[in-house]
Amino acid sequence: MKKTVTMTINGVSYTHEVEPRVLLVHYIRELAGLTGTHVGCDTSQCGACAVHVNGQAVKSCTLLAVQADGAQVLTIEGLAKNGQLHPIQEGFWEKHGLQCGFCTPGMIMSAYQMLQRNPSPSEAQIRHDLEGNLCRCTGYHNIVKAIQYAAEKMAGT
Amino acid sequence: MATARVLGASIKRREDPRFITGKGNYTDDLKLPGLTYAVFVRSPHAHARIRKIDTAAAKAHPGVVAIFTGKDMAGVNSLPCGWLLPELKIPPHMPLATDAARYLGDPVAVVIAETQSAARDAADLVDVDWEALPSVTRTEKAVAPGAARMHEVAPDNVAFKWQIGDAAATDAAFKSAPVVVKKRIVNQRLVANAIEPRACTARYEEATGDWTLWVTSQNPHVHRLLMTAFVLGIPEHKVRVIAPDVGGGFGSKIFLYNEETVCTWATRQVKRPIRWTADRRESFQTDAHGRDHITDAEMALSKEGKILGLRVKTIANLGAYLSTFAPAVPTYLYGTLLNGVYEMGAIHCEVTGVFTNTTPVDAYRGAGRPEACYVLERMIDASAAALKIDPVELRRKNFIPKFDDGYQTKVALLYDSGDYGPSFDKLLQMLDYKKFRADQAAARAQGKLVGVGFSTYIEACSIAPSKVVGSLGAQAGLWESGKVRVHPTGKVTVFTGSHSHGQGHETTFAQLVADSLGIPMDDVEIVHGDTGSVPFGMGTYGSRSASVGGTAILMSLNKVKEKGKKIAAHLLEASPNDMEYVDGKFTVKGSPQKAVPFGQVALVAYVPHNYPEGLEPGLEETSFYDPANFCFPFGAHACVVEVDPDTGQVKILRYLAVDDVGNVINPMIVDGMVHGGITQGVGQALWEGAVYDEQSGQLVTGTMMDYALPKADMLPLYETGRTETPTPVNPLGVKGAGETGTIAATPAVVNAVVDALSGLGVDHIEAMPLTAERVWQTIRAAKSRT
Repeated sequence: MKKTVTMTINGVSYTHEVEPRVLLVHYIRELAGLTGTHVGCDTSQCGACAVHVNGQAVKSCTLLAVQADGAQVLTIEGLAKNGQLHPIQEGFWEKHGLQCGFCTPGMIMSAYQMLQRNPSPSEAQIRHDLEGNLCRCTGYHNIVKAIQYAAEKMAGT
Repeated sequence: MATARVLGASIKRREDPRFITGKGNYTDDLKLPGLTYAVFVRSPHAHARIRKIDTAAAKAHPGVVAIFTGKDMAGVNSLPCGWLLPELKIPPHMPLATDAARYLGDPVAVVIAETQSAARDAADLVDVDWEALPSVTRTEKAVAPGAARMHEVAPDNVAFKWQIGDAAATDAAFKSAPVVVKKRIVNQRLVANAIEPRACTARYEEATGDWTLWVTSQNPHVHRLLMTAFVLGIPEHKVRVIAPDVGGGFGSKIFLYNEETVCTWATRQVKRPIRWTADRRESFQTDAHGRDHITDAEMALSKEGKILGLRVKTIANLGAYLSTFAPAVPTYLYGTLLNGVYEMGAIHCEVTGVFTNTTPVDAYRGAGRPEACYVLERMIDASAAALKIDPVELRRKNFIPKFDDGYQTKVALLYDSGDYGPSFDKLLQMLDYKKFRADQAAARAQGKLVGVGFSTYIEACSIAPSKVVGSLGAQAGLWESGKVRVHPTGKVTVFTGSHSHGQGHETTFAQLVADSLGIPMDDVEIVHGDTGSVPFGMGTYGSRSASVGGTAILMSLNKVKEKGKKIAAHLLEASPNDMEYVDGKFTVKGSPQKAVPFGQVALVAYVPHNYPEGLEPGLEETSFYDPANFCFPFGAHACVVEVDPDTGQVKILRYLAVDDVGNVINPMIVDGMVHGGITQGVGQALWEGAVYDEQSGQLVTGTMMDYALPKADMLPLYETGRTETPTPVNPLGVKGAGETGTIAATPAVVNAVVDALSGLGVDHIEAMPLTAERVWQTIRAAKSRT
C-alpha cells in the first residue's frame, strides 16, 4: 500500500507515492534526484547520509520517508546560498578536508549542526562530535582543521 | 605573461567545489531511462554444494525482469588471475558459482527487476538447495591434515610455494651467529572499506552493438581488457568503461569482480541497462580483503647488533579463489622488501599461499609492503630488546650508508637513491627523543605505562617496469599513457591513464602542465577514467600516478614544445635548433624580443597557412612511459602511546612522520595522503580485523558495527615532516606518497605499545589488533610471570 509523502527539501516541495518501507535517503536520492546525500553503510555508522530534518541533523538511512512527511529537509545541495559557499564548505576546501569526497556531504551536514550547538568547539569536542561520521581517506586531521576554520570564520561574521 | 610557479605549491583542489556542494558524480548517482536493478543471491555458507536452484517463485514476483544462474551463462569463462607464479594452482572462478559456493557471499544467481526493492524481495524467494560442507577459514589450519578441501586443482589447499633470497647463505649466517631472535608475527586480515560501496551500471545498445559500463574502478582499461578478452569474449573496442568519481579504493577497486561481469553480460540479455550497488554487508563479504599472514621470523645478529641474517617463513591466506593480482602481493610485493633500509648479511624468505573458505585476498593499501615492514620493524625492536640496545641505536647501526646511484639488496630489488639517516634524525629531533626517555622514566615511576615505537621503512612503488614485472609473472604491462591535446585557442586537455579516486589528479596534473607550459591552470583540463577518451591506461595503485602517469604527461608536453619550436621558428624565420621555450613563449635563444606566445603557435598549428614545409598540422601528442625501475620512498615514523594498566586501553599521545617521497608537486595533497595512510596503519595496529567464526565460517565482523574503523576521536593531530631526495628514475624526481603511511604506521604503533609494556618484561605481542582486551591479557600474563 503506497503512501503519499510531501516534504520540502532545500525550499522546494516534493510529493511522491512511496512504499512505506522507503528510507528517507532513498527518497532524497531516487525520487527527489538529489544525489549529494550518500549511502555508505547499512547500519547507521558512516554518516554519509546525514541531512537536517526540521533543523535536526539525522542519518537519513535511519528514517522512513513517511516519517518525514511534512518536514523541512536540508541537504548538502541546499547549504550554499546564492552561489556563496557556506563557511563549512569553504573550510573543507581551504583545509583539504576531503579526498574522495564521498563522506564529505555527511561530514559537512554534521559539522553544520555541531557549530549550531557549539560555535567554538575545542579540537577534542570536534573529534567527539564527529563520532557518527566515518572517513577513510583523510585520517580526520584536515577535517578537524576545516571545522576550526569554519568556526573562526563564522565567529568573525 | 609568466605565471607564478605552481609546481610544488599547496594549491587548493579543483575537484572540490563539486564534492562540497553535493554535485559529485559517483556511479550510483547515474540515472538512465529504462534502468533495472540487480540483486545477487549469495551463499549463506562458508562452503556448500549447490544441489539445485529453484527460481520459479522469484520469477513470478511482481517487477522481476529476469533471473540468471551460472548455468545460464554458457560460454562465459572464469575470472582471470593476472599474475602467474611457477606451478601456481588456478582454480576456476566463475562469475556465478554453479557447483559449489566456497566463501560466505559467493554469488550464485542474479535477480534483475524494475525496482531495487522488487529485486531484493525476489532474491529472497530464490530457493537454493544447499548441502553444507566442512569449511576452513583460519590461515594456519588450511594445510592441516583433515582440513576441508575446496578445489580439485589444489587438493592440499596450497596455491603456491615461493621463495626468495639465499637459503644456504642464510643458514650459514645463523649457524655462526651469537644471537638469534625468533618471533611469530601475525598480520591479521583487513577489509578496505572505501566509504563508497562498489557499484556498476551496464548498458548494451542493440542498434550499435556497443556496451557502456560505469564502474567503481581504479583502472577502467584493465577492467575492460580482463572482462572482454578473458571472461565474456566480447570485442574490447565495442565496450566503453567509465569510472566516474570514485569514493576511495585503497586497492579494493582494482580487481575485476563477479558483479560487473555478470551485469555486463546480462544487460545484453534483458536489453535494458542494469545497475548494481553493494550494500555494506556485501562490501564486507565480497570486496577483496587484505593481509592475512602468519609468519615465523628469525633474525641473526652479532653481539654488537649488526644484522647477520633474516629468515622468514610465511603462510599467506589467499581466500577461496585467486583474485586478479593476488599471487603478487605476498610474494614479489612482500619478500622483496625484507631488506628494508638495513645492511643485511643474508636473507631467505619462503611463502606458502593457501586457499581457505574466505573472501579472496588481494592488494590493500601497501599490499605486501606493510606486511614486510611489519615483520622487519618488529624484529628490529625484538632484537634490540634481546641485545639490550636502544632501538634507535640498533637502527642507526644497520642503516645502508647514503647512496645516489643504486643499492643492490639481497632480495632482488635495486634501490634508486637513499639517505636514511637524515629523515630519522629529523624525526628524533621533532620527538625530542632524549627528553621523551626522561619523561618516560618519570611516568613509569608513577606507575604509568608510556612508550615510543619507531619504524624506519622503505617501500617500492611506482609499480612499473613492464619487463621486470613480466619476468616475475605479471600478465600485464605496467606503463602509463598521457595524451596532451592543445586546442586552437591554446587551451589544453590532458588525457591520463591514471585514475583519481581521491588523489587529486585534476589538480596535481594541472599543476604539472601549467608549470611546464607556463600557462594558467584554468587553461588546463584533466580527463581520466574513461576508455572512450583516454588512449589506454593501467590505472592507479602502487603509488604510481605522479611518477609513472605524470611522467607520461611530461613526455607529451615535451613533444608539444618540440613541435611548437618548429612552428615558432618558421614564423620568426629562425632555426628550430635556436629556439627555446620560456614562460609560455617560444623565443630565439639570446634574442628574447623575438618571441611567439604559446597560444599563437597553437592557432597556427590548426590554421597552417604560414607553416613549416612537411610538418603535420595540429598540436596533440601521446606518450607511453615505461620506467626503468620502481621508486623507493622511505622515512621514519614514531608513535607515542600511553597504556592504561588497569584496562589495557591504548591512547596515542603523539604520532610523528618524516617521509621522503622525492620531489613534491602539491605538499597539501601529499600531507593529506600521509595522514590517511597513517590512519589505516594505526587502524590495523589497534582496532581493525576481519574475523571468521571457526566453526561456521561466518564473517563475524560483517558490518561497520562489528569491524572497528578509526574514528576522529581515536586519533591525534599528526606531526609531519619531509626530506626530499629526488629519485633518479623519472625526470620529475617524484616517488609516491599514497602508501607510505600505511606501511610505516602499523609497526610504529605496535612497537610503542610493546615499549610501554617493556618494564613488565614484554618484548612482543604476537597478534593484532592491540585491543584493550588483548593488551590487558598481555599485561596479566606478564605480571603472572614475574
